[in-house]
Amino acid sequence: MIDYKNVLTTCPYCGTGCALHLQVLDEKLVGVLPAKNHVVSEGGLCIKGWNVHDFVNHPDRLTKPLIRKNGKLEEATWDEALTLIAQKLGEVKTQSGPDSVAILSSAKCTNEENYLLQKFARAVIGTNNVDHCARL
Amino acid sequence: MDQRINDLVPVIEKILPDVDGLLGLKTGPGGIVAPYLFVKERSEELTSLAVWPKEPLPGIIKSIQQAHPDAKLAVVCRGCEERGIVEMFKHTQLNLDNLTLIGLQCTQEEAEFCRCAKPFTVHAKLTVGQPSEGVPDPLTEKIAAMSQPEKLAFWKEEFLHCIKCYGCRNICPQCFCNVCALEDKTWVETGRLPMANPSMYHLVRAMHMTAKCVACRECEETCPAGIPMAVQFRMIARDVREMFNYEPGAVIDQKPPQLLVLEEGDYARTGLPH
Repeated sequence: MIDYKNVLTTCPYCGTGCALHLQVLDEKLVGVLPAKNHVVSEGGLCIKGWNVHDFVNHPDRLTKPLIRKNGKLEEATWDEALTLIAQKLGEVKTQSGPDSVAILSSAKCTNEENYLLQKFARAVIGTNNVDHCARL
Repeated sequence: MDQRINDLVPVIEKILPDVDGLLGLKTGPGGIVAPYLFVKERSEELTSLAVWPKEPLPGIIKSIQQAHPDAKLAVVCRGCEERGIVEMFKHTQLNLDNLTLIGLQCTQEEAEFCRCAKPFTVHAKLTVGQPSEGVPDPLTEKIAAMSQPEKLAFWKEEFLHCIKCYGCRNICPQCFCNVCALEDKTWVETGRLPMANPSMYHLVRAMHMTAKCVACRECEETCPAGIPMAVQFRMIARDVREMFNYEPGAVIDQKPPQLLVLEEGDYARTGLPH
């Protein structure tokens, strides 16, 4: 059976919230269509939105955390990666104080994720150094 | 509800058992409409059938046919989409043998929205809705009446608003080249911002649409900057009509001038050194 459908989603690139359709043919992602009667993007997209389907199955996409060991990036588990990050952040905080750490958040995240990140910065690390990728 | 939906459903229900899929529009979450391939195994989904907004269906037919060359398909198409399908067939992008066209006639309101001269199908044997009269295109008339310096100023101003999304190219069913000249490094170098006023992009695309644009206006509709680029294509289409007596998508067995010149017309080499 041939299967062609469009899956409505929100563009992951910035905080504008443009709606787009992921075109799915036989369970494979084949392209993007703008969502014409959507209230935010009204059928328009920018060059990033038009190409979001490209990264999903791209061979260069990272699917596992990488840790640099002996000068070389090696695949690791999430547990290993998060343990290492916690350990290093703890070391930096102890040695140089909480304000030696900065947290950079992203428009690709949800409001809830961004809230959690600033909470982590302020309540766990103890710094107000919180900024956002849009200011880069 | 649009009466045309009530009229379409029985037509589709009759065809659906005999085809592998029927491309139409379906209302999804939040009332957002998108193209969808209805199949006989899930005919109950026809309760979500929609007819507006229009979508670039010819390009989707092409994708499905490429993946399933022998599939028997049907499509609910408007006048412009029908022209698009016919024109793509002439350029060997589509197969018409296994494709049933169901013509959906545009309402007067829809024709005015698109400034459409031909808001009706002419090839489809099955049709739904009453054909509306073509409407004039006041914007094209206005720009055509401008002096050359006025035209230059007008387009320079319009192109200045371009955000270089390439959406007009991406959505255009007639933009089917495997290698796009507009991605050539001559125009946009990788890793650099494109030029502020990409007139060259728009003019190259306008030239490439010669005798191909079927006036579906998908490009204008998707443009975040509201550039009335279909006007360029319509002005070129007038010249093509006068010079070659050719209207894209109008007559199935009339060859497009691009093919005619090479195969049948008087074609002589200039003798200039290459």
